[in-house]
Amino acid sequence: MTNTLHRFGKPDELKDDYIAFTLVCPGKNDIGSIERARDFLKIALKYNPVNFAAESRHGPVFRPEKNLNLFRLYLRGRKEIVSPELVMDEMEPPAHAVVVFSKKQALEEFLKEIKEIDLGLSVNVSSLVEDFKEIAQRIGISPHSINYSLGFRGNLYRLPEQQVLALTTMCGHGLIASSFAKKMIDRVKERRLAPEKAARYMAKLCVCGAFNTSRAERILHEARMSKSKA
Amino acid sequence: MNIDKTKCIGCANCVPICPMGAIYIADDGLSEINQETCVECYTCYRGMSTENLLQQPTRFLRGLLAFFKLRFQPDPDICPSGAITADELTWPRILRRAFSDPQAPHESTGIGGRGTQEVKTNELTGRVKEGETGFTVEFGRPGVGVYFKEVDKVSQALAKMSVEFQPENPLTALMFNVKTGELREDVLNEKVMSCILEFKTDIAKMPDILNTIEDEIRQLDTVVALGVSVRCDSNGDDAVRDQLTSMGYDAWRAKINIGLGKHTNPAPAGEEKVS
Repeated sequence: MTNTLHRFGKPDELKDDYIAFTLVCPGKNDIGSIERARDFLKIALKYNPVNFAAESRHGPVFRPEKNLNLFRLYLRGRKEIVSPELVMDEMEPPAHAVVVFSKKQALEEFLKEIKEIDLGLSVNVSSLVEDFKEIAQRIGISPHSINYSLGFRGNLYRLPEQQVLALTTMCGHGLIASSFAKKMIDRVKERRLAPEKAARYMAKLCVCGAFNTSRAERILHEARMSKSKA
Repeated sequence: MNIDKTKCIGCANCVPICPMGAIYIADDGLSEINQETCVECYTCYRGMSTENLLQQPTRFLRGLLAFFKLRFQPDPDICPSGAITADELTWPRILRRAFSDPQAPHESTGIGGRGTQEVKTNELTGRVKEGETGFTVEFGRPGVGVYFKEVDKVSQALAKMSVEFQPENPLTALMFNVKTGELREDVLNEKVMSCILEFKTDIAKMPDILNTIEDEIRQLDTVVALGVSVRCDSNGDDAVRDQLTSMGYDAWRAKINIGLGKHTNPAPAGEEKVS
């Protein structure tokens, strides 16, 4: 379900990327877990997540449309996002859920509220370590276990340019192709596509909902303005 | 994965969508998939929106527009004729999907994604205990892919260092000998989007293990995303971050389990509930 650890970027470029998710441990806390995961998602909605997903074969709020026709394309227009309520209704076991925030404050308020309810599910945060520690100290939580990202190794010549990598690694399962991210950057640069629209096209490929559309928009906008920052 | 040539209109939208670069436009002007490069991740099949345009009228229209120097250009995420089809997969090719499509659960662990929970449920599983370090060596990530034969070289080298491979991991399930780290021979030529070699050792061995991993992956024609996990103490501190920093690693980003998981399932009859 999760694929959030190895997001490419320097610390100052990851200041708008905070992911929180629940996991169920089969045989230990899976009974009744769907309702509890829904509670997690309902609380998250109060803090304006930029992406939102529950375990389901249908995907997160950003999803492809499988029955387009001329009417839907040219009269009604594209409908690239579904309601969070639908995502919650479609949840299937195991009841995993993921939300992405673009603001540290939102994550803090969210965790504060999650801490107060007896969720019983494992909750993980994927973010800069220093940002988490700052939040943890303020709201009185502490990490149980921690998994550090040590970055990429091996034949790094096979990796694409930094802006492309910053976009594609927001789906850690690798479902956003470098060539598609490059195409989106080029179209935004050529002003044939708005950064918001390009970010949504990419978000639809990430089935776990870990893609941060807000950060993607910023990267695409910076690419348009010819900044090399990732 | 395949392209239905009776439906494809040759718009090429699917070409950049493929994370492995397996789709190309063939000599007949229609899309084709290189089956050796394809890892059955289902991104093209599932991730593209679809229209149901008919092949012949659409190709005629495209030709007409091209004659007048105009262009037929569907939105970049659309397959206008729904031409991508999913094949029935058999062993060992079915492994490609199991390791590459996050929506396909691994039969060995019953978990989707890369099939492992690492320390994300450590408060319940005790997978990595105090005094131990967990390692996740994720081959093929980001966006390059890997053959199991390359993973096999590293797993064998690590086995010589007496690491403890995580039994609840789909890659461990492919080892015919967990002591030697050798993978089954019939899977070695299969390629996947990514897979995680997961193991743990005594915390004191961490520097040697990391040096061995670095030496081994330098010889591979793929990329690796490296992760180290640890159980925190009662203050929330851990014993590895300073050491990682002193070894030159940028341990500035992490996945942090805040320990809210509880045993909530009713205990089986005759057993006491653990909380």
